[in-house]
Order: sequence, then structure tokens, then C-alpha cells
Amino acid sequence: MTRLNGGLIDRTTPLSFSFNGKSYQGFKGDTLASALLANGVQLVGRSFKYHRPRGIFTSGSEEPNALVTLHNGARSEPNTRATVTELFDGLQATSQNHIGPLERDLLAINDRLAPLFAAGFYYKTFMWPRAFWEKLYEPLIRKAAGLGALSTLPDPATYDKGFLHCDLLVIGGGAAGLVAALTAGRAGASVILADEDFRFGGRLLAESDLLDDSWPSEWVDRTCAELASLPNVRLMPRTTVFGTYDHGIFGAVERVSDHLPPSDEAVRQTLWRITAKRSVLATGAIERHIPFQDNDRPGIMLAGAIRAYVNRWASAPTRNADDPVAIFTNGDDGHRTALDLLGKGVPVLGVIDTRPDAPVFGRYKVFAGATVTGTKGRLGLQAIQIRQNGQATWLEAGALGVAGGWNPNVHLASHHRGRPVWDEGRLAFLPPSDGPKGMFPAGAAAGNGATGVAFADGMRAAQQALTELGMTARNIPLPHVTDTPNAQAPYWHVPTTKRAWVDFQNDVTVKDIALAHKENMRPVEHLKRWTTLGMATDQGKTANISALAVMAELTGATIPETGTTIFRPPYTGVTLSVLGGGDTGRHFRPYRLTPTHAWAKAQGATFTEVGPWMRAQYFPRDGESHWRQTVDREVQSVRKDAGLCDVTTLGKIDVQGPDAAEFLNRIYANTMATLKVGMVRYGLMLREDGHLFDDGTCARLAEDHFVVTTTTANAGAVYRHLEFAHQCLWPDLDVQMISTTDAWAQIAVAGPKSRQLLQRIVDSFDLSNEAFPFMACAALSVCGGLRARLFRISFSGELAYEIAVPARYGHALIERLMTLGADLGVTPYGTEALAVLRIEKGHAAGAELNGQTTAQMLGLGKMVSAKKDSIGAVMSRREGLAQDGRHLVGLLPLEPQSQIPAGSHLFTRGVAQTMQTDQGWVTSSCYSPHVGSYIALGYLENGHDRLGEVITAANPLEGQSFVAKVVSAHLVDPEGGRLRD
Amino acid sequence: MLIPHPLLGLRDSQEFTYLGDASLMNRPDPASPSAEAEFCDYVFLRDNPAGVHRELWFHEQGDRSWLVVTRNTLTHEILGAELARTLPVRGAE
Repeated sequence: MTRLNGGLIDRTTPLSFSFNGKSYQGFKGDTLASALLANGVQLVGRSFKYHRPRGIFTSGSEEPNALVTLHNGARSEPNTRATVTELFDGLQATSQNHIGPLERDLLAINDRLAPLFAAGFYYKTFMWPRAFWEKLYEPLIRKAAGLGALSTLPDPATYDKGFLHCDLLVIGGGAAGLVAALTAGRAGASVILADEDFRFGGRLLAESDLLDDSWPSEWVDRTCAELASLPNVRLMPRTTVFGTYDHGIFGAVERVSDHLPPSDEAVRQTLWRITAKRSVLATGAIERHIPFQDNDRPGIMLAGAIRAYVNRWASAPTRNADDPVAIFTNGDDGHRTALDLLGKGVPVLGVIDTRPDAPVFGRYKVFAGATVTGTKGRLGLQAIQIRQNGQATWLEAGALGVAGGWNPNVHLASHHRGRPVWDEGRLAFLPPSDGPKGMFPAGAAAGNGATGVAFADGMRAAQQALTELGMTARNIPLPHVTDTPNAQAPYWHVPTTKRAWVDFQNDVTVKDIALAHKENMRPVEHLKRWTTLGMATDQGKTANISALAVMAELTGATIPETGTTIFRPPYTGVTLSVLGGGDTGRHFRPYRLTPTHAWAKAQGATFTEVGPWMRAQYFPRDGESHWRQTVDREVQSVRKDAGLCDVTTLGKIDVQGPDAAEFLNRIYANTMATLKVGMVRYGLMLREDGHLFDDGTCARLAEDHFVVTTTTANAGAVYRHLEFAHQCLWPDLDVQMISTTDAWAQIAVAGPKSRQLLQRIVDSFDLSNEAFPFMACAALSVCGGLRARLFRISFSGELAYEIAVPARYGHALIERLMTLGADLGVTPYGTEALAVLRIEKGHAAGAELNGQTTAQMLGLGKMVSAKKDSIGAVMSRREGLAQDGRHLVGLLPLEPQSQIPAGSHLFTRGVAQTMQTDQGWVTSSCYSPHVGSYIALGYLENGHDRLGEVITAANPLEGQSFVAKVVSAHLVDPEGGRLRD
Repeated sequence: MLIPHPLLGLRDSQEFTYLGDASLMNRPDPASPSAEAEFCDYVFLRDNPAGVHRELWFHEQGDRSWLVVTRNTLTHEILGAELARTLPVRGAE
């Protein structure tokens, strides 16, 4: 045990957890990393490529090494950073990327083979033979190299999403962020303060300098208490702002219950979309290390992280309490860690400072002008080699802190392509001046990391932001602090002929960067891809700037000349589940239900998805053992008696106004202006490029009142198109339109007995053929006063009507029709029978109007009026379309019981089947009980002149070939007598 | 993105459907002797500028206005939004 005194942990609440099956104790307030360190556990994982033993390197979300898998089964969460995992009772964690026990990973052989795996090995090694790639190389590499594994089971956790708006979003709750939030909060602005940590305070929690006369955490608690008391301030701990989007929109993930034992009820994470008028970027800074030989052993950490573990979590970084800790630094900051360690009673070996004039701040040994040149201890640090004045000395050490300076967290300021700017004085990249509009960097994120400077900077940023919003924010009293800015001298890496790691997660060493340089992969973008530097879960947060500095040294260029990477969202990994925000599975796209859905369900209907709708597919009866049996019966009932089908899903657009007729004349390819009141006309809409867009009926209820119907699939698109035509092309036309698809329940009543049935519900309305002929329409009342619309139109080819009533009466109407029609043999039918009926009749549907077809191909070329302009008319007459000789035909397989699959290609019989000899394709196919054979529709080259010809329909995907006779597309009642009776 | 709707103020771009270049409002005269060539340009040929672009957005989840939004395609800065129906068009009469 290496637990120290003090710290911000609750010793009255012990928690037990397991790592690789072994049980340990921690306390509330611990992270998994701090609890492991307090238990003397240094080794927590294996590296990506060489399978080197690795330990905890940082104390935050920048962690490259300490990746574990939490939980197990479907809830297992790979690649979780132990450093930000809040400990809870019963937490189970396992290490990743090894075969056999963590201590004796069989794949550690890779480390001996390291020369094979130099930069670019992927590109060089697996070139030949090509056939080996998929079958041999890739599976092997994937197995050997990689991090945690997914469970591949559906995620059982619950997720949510939400939207927030504010005047000021403060990103980061450290010194600068807390002051910014308080400054703006006291001024009355609506403020959101978000921090990825579970406790506000940022680095203040990791430091020991007094604020006025109190501990930093006491000031933080007081400040948070005031912020929490302000109704205009929302505090969001455990919330990572991961991306900056346009116009002040930010993406954030709140880990709502990741710090609790998994549960089926609690929301695990929430995706927030935050729209902020202004923002303060107070994201702090990440410490960088100094690469030296064998610098990747467990026990070697960032010096600032050691300070955090000692001060906040009372955890020493060593395996044993009396192991000494050494510090390697290029500036004053490393000395602070030595002082804090001494203050906690941890033995300090000394501070190895690269500066010859290194200062001394306390009672510890300083190796001035010295470097660390080697380490020992395979599973945990045992000794370090210090080189000073040309002499190398081995000294025993249980841990080593490395302090190479601080990199401001500029990521969110660079998500809009703004390039960070190098500041030679601070030895750091600062947020770009052309960063996102309305974002004010402050504190360590702006290079102003000394506590007192950060306080003042946070207040300044909030005041500037609020001034832009026309608000005034007064100064708030800031605590007095003693710490000073970090004095440091540039020192980027300790030269060695052996391996010195720059990027721990991807096993990229200084040698790899040198090799990339030698092989001319010098631009940072090439460097990244050649070496894999800065990739994977940590995106090089502790590596990129050091790598840049090494590359700069090799090329003799300055760091800003060498470049920087472009940062992209997300700042840290975001689970795909939370991006779904709970809208997964059935919730991804809610179904729309028809007015008769509940009724159809009660009848035992099977349903199918049609666009966003659920529609009844067919209505099986007792004794029917196959869906075809049901569908055949439904089809025959319609042709013999009468059938009912809910057709509410077809789009309905109400078009009204003095210019409605003229408007529709320009929308439809055929003439609509001449349509008489009380009549319906079939209409074709073209796209402006001359191809078919949609078809449907257009009913004229009054001189200035039309009802346009669309296909189910295009209901939205046609409405959008109509509004475009009106608002953007012809705003001078006095016409208005609205979608009424949901307002009316519409039921098709089809079959020879449909008139007889309808006569029983209409209120004194003459349905005779003379009074209400084919293609008539009327507004009327039914069932004793219910307003309704009746259209005598037919999709099935039979005598048929569609009746519309207000949507809430749809259920009652179908029940009434079923009751009143029982003696007539009325039968409900679904989309399958609907399709069979229209294919038998040769009516076009979505498969025939697939965006590549024309009116002419449908055999309706003459409908495109040449006497008037309409959308698509001009382009429909261009040579390529006008001369298209493919026509819609019917196909009868010579073998009646074999179905020609839709999509099959048509060929002249006996001809070699090539692209050049292709004669068309099959669009729709079904079994026709009317014909007693399978039938199909298709587009065939010169089809109208080939009736009677026997052709081949081929489905080369399945090696199928069919012989079929070309017939008219209208297999039922080609003269249309039944419709008109 | 936030789109400044002339009637409704700042609205989230998620409420809108995007169509494209506002030149789609300039439908050629179908009676022109070179109508086919003009329609061909109108339908198929568009500028794709890196910079300021006038484009059509439909407030589908809102008031169903078609807007002409002037947007810098490089920075996503929105310089203005107008109701399409209030703008002069070259419609066929």
C-alpha cells in the first residue's frame, strides 16, 4: 500500500473493486488509476505494437497507456482510461492486448522483433504476395496489434439527448473557468459550466498552494456552492465538450451514471447540443514529457500527474512506500512535484534538471545540467541512469516524474481549421487568433497557466464575452496566490541510439521519426501516417508537440515551420451509442400508424414497413398456411365481391386559390386546368430534367379547390416541390397549399359490389353510374352526418372508390363497412394484394417510377402536353429521352409456376447476354390468381411492337434464366370496362 | 448551423432541407428558341464556389418558407437570409 495522508477522498466510504480478477480497496473520490496506485499496482497494460509492459502515465483524459476494459458481457467497455474512471463499489476492470497473464504476455516476442516493426513496416512488409493480405496478414496483425475488443453484443445501456442554450458556455472548471463562470453568473448572464471531471477545480485540486489562507479545494467548494445557488448558472460535471461546431453550437457528452454500478433503468450518458452565444475556452493544459532511452516503463509518469495523485488522491506512484521518486525536468515545474512529495513524506531521489543553472527550492538533491539516459525494471521501474558532467550513474528509483512543459489544450479552438500559433516565450502552441467566432480562450488554455494569472484571465474573458452581448460584468474579488509562471529552458529529447518513446500508445519512438525523416516523410501529415503517431484513442495528446519538436530538430527548421496537426472533433472518444442519443433499434425512426392500424392488428394482420409507415400486408385467416394462400384469396375477393384497403398513406395535398388550376397546369405534364369540378384526373409529374417524378390523381372539388394525391414514398418530396414551384418560380400565382395526408383516413373500396356497399353508408347520395361516373368526386356526408370525400378511382382495375373521412373516424368507418358488407363478402386486403391487383392491371408504382424512367416508357408519352409549359416538359422532348424505345410490357413465363425475379434483365432469345445486348429489365413480379400464372412487368426495348415474342429473362446473380412471352401490361380488363360499369 | 429566418429569427439548420444553388429560381423561358440548351444549363450546370454562395433552404420542420441563404462555403458564415417569394424571379409567364 502506498496510500498517503490527506487528499480529496472520502475515507469513510471504502469501495472494493477488481483488476484482472484480483480484489482491491479504494475510496469514494478515487479514480481507478489512483486506487490502483494506492494499492501499489504500476503495471496495467501492454503496448499496442511491441507489447511492452505499461503503467499509468497521466492523471487525466490524455492517458495513452492505462486503457482497460470495464465490466463484462454486453456491457463490456473496452479502451476505457483508468485515469478518468470514477471508482464505484464492485467495479470490474481487466487489462488488454495480451495473451496469457499481463505479467507474462506471450506476444512480448514482438518487442524482440522490434526492428521488423519500424515506421512504415505496414507499408513495406505486407506488399507481397498480394493474395496473402486478406487471408493471412491482416487477420494476424489485427490479432497481435490492437487494444480492447468489442463484445459484439447489442449495447443494453440507455442513452439520452438534449438541447441547451446559454449566453456563455464555460468549457473547463479549473481556475480560469470557475472565475469566468462566477463573473458572468453574478452579472446575470445564463451560464453553463462544463467539466469532464467529476469534481470541479481542474489543476487547483492537484496543487498545494494556498488561495488566500485556505486550501485550493476549499475555495473551489465555496465557489461551486455560490454557482449552484445562482438560478442562471447550470453546473455540468462529468461533461466533456467534445466538438465546436458552426455558429456557437457545441457537442457535449454527460456521463450521467458511468460512476455507478451498471443499471437497466438509469440513463448512462446524455448527448447535449449546446447553443451558446459566447464561450470561454478554459480547458487547461496537458503536460508533455521528454523522450529518453527506455522511458516507457511502468512507474515513469508525468510529474504533474504525480503531483495530482499525491495531493488530490493521496496515492504515491511507487509500488512500495519507501521507494524513492525521481523527477526529470527542464523547468521549475518539476521541482514543485518534488516539494509536494516531500511534504507528503514520500522519499525523493532528487530532481534531474537539464538546466546547468538549475534552481533549488527545498531540501532535495538537484542534478543540474543532467539528463536521464536509461532505466531498468521490466514490469516496474527499479533504477534510472543519470548522466551529469559526462558521468553516468545508476540509482535505484521506484518512480520517475517527467516534466517537459505544458501544452495548452487548444483543440476546441482549432475545430474550424484555425491553426494554433507557436509562442516561443511560453514554448507552446496557443489558440489561433482566427478560431471560432465568439470563443475566448483563458487561463492555461491560452498559455496563462500560473494560478493567479489564470484567475485574472478567466475574469477578463468573461467580461469581454459579456460586453459583446451588451452586458456588464463587474470585477469579482480574486484570491491571492503565491505561485509564479513556470521558468523553463527548451529541451525536447535525450539523444540515444536505442529506443526513446514519443507516442506511447502507438509505440512511436524518436528513431521512427528519424526514419520517417530519412525516408522523406517530413510534412507532419506524412509523418503521422508513416509512423501512426498521434492516432488511436488518445490522438497523441501527450505526443504530438514533442514529435514536432524532434522533427524540427532533424530538419533544422523551427517548430512553427515544421507545422502542427489540425484538430478535429471529438476531443476524446465518444461512444457511438450516445451519438444515437437513445434513438436506436425501434426508436431510430418511429413508425407512423394508419387510422385502421389497431383494427387491422385485432384482425391478426401481418404488417410491413412502407416508407415511414406500417401498413397491413395481408390478413391471414384460420386454416391458411402460407401467405400466398391469403393474398390469392384477398385478390380474388376484390375481383369477385368487394375489398377494403387503408390507403391513407398516399400523400394528399390540398391546393386552393384563384390560380390553383393554372398552378397545377404547370406542375403536371398533362393538362389539369380543363378538369371539371367534381371530377378526378390521373396526372404525371416530371422532374425538370424530363424524367418521371411522381404520379397520382388530382381531384377538383371546386373551381378554386383541388386535392392532389402522391405516392406514399414521395408525399414529402412532392409537397416540397410544389412549395418550391410556387415560392421560387411563380410567386405571382395566387395559390396556397397544405399537406393533409394525416388529416384524412382514406379507404379503398374495390370490387364489383363496392357500389352496393357504399350505398349503405352514404347520406342520400346518388351513386348510380350516371350520377357518379368513373373519375367522379364529391364532398358528401356518410353514416348520418359525418363529412367525407368520395373519389371514384381504381388502382385494381375493378369498379372502385376511395372514401376519405376525418382521420379519427377511420377506425369506425372500416368497422362499419365490414359489418354492413358482411353479406356481400367484403374482405380486407393488404399491400400484397394491392400490388398483385395493380400488376395484373398494369398500373405503375414505385418500381416503374424509379427516377430513370419517362412518360414515354410507361406508354403515356402523349400525356405530356405540348400545348402548355410544365415542369420537365422542355427536357422531356430532348433527343435522348424522346427517342427512348423501351416500353412497359407484361411478361408471362412459359413455365407458369416459376417466378421471374424483379431486376432480371431481358434479352432476345438465343443471344449472348452482354451489356450490349441488354434489352431491358423486369420491374415488378407476382403470382396472379386471375391469370393462374406468375406474371411480371418490365421495360423492354421496342416492347410495343414485340407482343407475342418469346424472350429470355436472366438473373445472372443466381444463375437463373427464364423464357417468357411478351404480352400487354394490362392483363386484366384491358379495355377498362369494369371500371366504368 | 443557425439560419437567421427573416420571420422567425435564428433557427437551427436541422429544421431545414437543403436544395442548392439559388440560380434554380431562374427558370429559363420555355418559349425561347434555345430553350432546350438553356434548360440543360439550368438543370445540370451549377457553380460550386469556394466562398460566398446563394442557396435555397426549405424550412420543412417550420413555417415551410423557402429561403435564399447567403453563406460562405469556406467558413459557414451566413451573411443573410431572405424569403424566396419576395425576390424577383425570371418565371415563365
